[in-house]
Amino acid sequence: MIQTALNLIVVLVTIGVVMAVVLLHVAYLTYFERKILGWMQDRMGPMEVGYHGLLQPIADGLKLFFKEDIVPAQANKIIFTLAPILVLVPALIGFAVVPFGRDSIHLFGLTFRPYVTDLNIGILYILAFASIGAYGVLLGGWASNNKYSLLGGLRSAAQVISYELSLGLAIVGVLLMAGSLSLVKITEAQNGGALHWFILPQFVAFVIYLISAVAETNRLPFDLPEAESELVAGFFTEYSGMRFAFFFLAEYANMILVSCIATILFLGGWHAPFEALSFIPPILWFAGKVYFFLFFYIWIRGTLPRLRYDQLMMFGWKVMIPLALANILVTSVVLFFIRG
Amino acid sequence: MTLVLFFYFAAVIVATAILVVALHKPIYSALSLLVMFFHVAGLFVLLDAEFIAAVQIIVYAGAILVLYLFVLMLLNVRADEGYHQQFRIGLIVGLAVLVEAIFVLGQSGFADRDPAAVPPAAPVPGNTEGIGRALYTTYLFPFEVASLILLVAMIGAIILAKKGIFGKEERGR
Amino acid sequence: MVSQTAAYLSQYFSIFLFIVLAIGFGVVTLLISNVVQPRLDTEEKLSPYECGSEPISDARNPFPVRYYIIAMLFVIFDVEMIFIYPWAIVFDKIGFWGLFEMIVFIGLFIFGYLYAWKKGALQWE
Repeated sequence: MIQTALNLIVVLVTIGVVMAVVLLHVAYLTYFERKILGWMQDRMGPMEVGYHGLLQPIADGLKLFFKEDIVPAQANKIIFTLAPILVLVPALIGFAVVPFGRDSIHLFGLTFRPYVTDLNIGILYILAFASIGAYGVLLGGWASNNKYSLLGGLRSAAQVISYELSLGLAIVGVLLMAGSLSLVKITEAQNGGALHWFILPQFVAFVIYLISAVAETNRLPFDLPEAESELVAGFFTEYSGMRFAFFFLAEYANMILVSCIATILFLGGWHAPFEALSFIPPILWFAGKVYFFLFFYIWIRGTLPRLRYDQLMMFGWKVMIPLALANILVTSVVLFFIRG
Repeated sequence: MTLVLFFYFAAVIVATAILVVALHKPIYSALSLLVMFFHVAGLFVLLDAEFIAAVQIIVYAGAILVLYLFVLMLLNVRADEGYHQQFRIGLIVGLAVLVEAIFVLGQSGFADRDPAAVPPAAPVPGNTEGIGRALYTTYLFPFEVASLILLVAMIGAIILAKKGIFGKEERGR
Repeated sequence: MVSQTAAYLSQYFSIFLFIVLAIGFGVVTLLISNVVQPRLDTEEKLSPYECGSEPISDARNPFPVRYYIIAMLFVIFDVEMIFIYPWAIVFDKIGFWGLFEMIVFIGLFIFGYLYAWKKGALQWE
């Protein structure tokens, strides 16, 4: 009985820490996005709140928290409120199966693992909840009863489901090599330095994953659902205050989640690239790789122009899916002959 | 503990399933269907069938229900009173089926079976591996038939869409 | 066996807890924010945003059928994708016939895909 209670405490603490770390990263991701975009455009970015604007995310959060939350008169109130939660929850709970490091931490006689739980079907779990995020966007756009919102929501849902196919098919290449769906086992399969990381044999899958992930999270150059120049703000045109903040939180949490998954699938998770560098704690390696992907996200936002919607859909269906299928066929045939 | 969870999932499934047909606005029906799918996945997890649970969410909640939502929004379906007038007939038929089900289950000796004697669905871990092995060695032929059925479904869907919807779109121009 | 089942259930119980906590976080934050925020509703503020002009007609108009076709194709492709997953992880244990089976499966998949392409179902105008 006491053991059960202790286990429960461990799980609750781990969940709390994971959620807090993710939310903190979300807050500072917005800050660094503005800073990096600023530097790329020869500006300073936020400078006013705190030293070099370091307290800006906190100020933003507090401001949104105390702002009036407008519900348009013709909106469907229940679904209008439900939609932001339906977007945020899948973005957060995806982190339940992400292994952030190798070593468990021992504190007060309790063992805290570097992940909430290790499911046998880890990657399917991630895919399952990634597809749920489309609901919130679709329902939010519909409930607002605004033309821009509805169109933005529809576009987003169609885009997310289209790129989910190429994302899911790209992952199969990695699964063929790792032989497991568990994210911990996939990480362990890439043991032994950078040459064993799946990015080398699965480079095509890596590129497909990266592009699909940008489209899944509705980021530039695939941010058609919220294309400012034509749809005002897309599906959250009518949202304000904390509900608006939820859509924002979810977008950035999703960015971090797909970066974590990219790290695990292709860059060896928490493994160090060379044996000589393994004195640096695994969790820092993991964080460093994730930050690299996050920087990449911001970088392409600062560099690339937006696609047209028909180009985006055609690219997904006519280029990405055939490529991903070809990758599966080639990988399996080559592996079959190598392994005999 | 498992039993408590089972009754929680079962109760929510029954309640949301009733809501799906009882609610007047189609969009609420779709939402309660979403909640139901998640709890069905929960039941699968209790049965050690984690792969099926994931498929339940990916295919039903993630794909089929999205299609339903698209249809709801495509046709702009409003609250429909037509079906709710059949409440009494539905109640009578439903009760008849319930009595029949209880009768049949009572006859089959299902209730007398010792639950401990039933072997678990699959040895944990490796539920997905088990499915993979079974599907791609023992059940090769059914698997290929399934792939043919999927192909037929795809062709059928495209032909129907071309006939009904593409045609309408052209006429609309 | 018993302890394995217990470990398995505890994994999913953590997931269950995580979902409950995440929903709790969302609901509680919205509730608190709802209490502390000002409420100054005016008719103008509550009308749908349409770049400043008076809103015209209801927003929930029927939309292009393209979206519907994409969703329909997605359902089928998604099911095919799910079939590939269990194969991928037992791939090296089921030998040549497993590989052959999947090549046939993906061949049929590609056949359907090419059919959809040919019929213009992937076209987005």
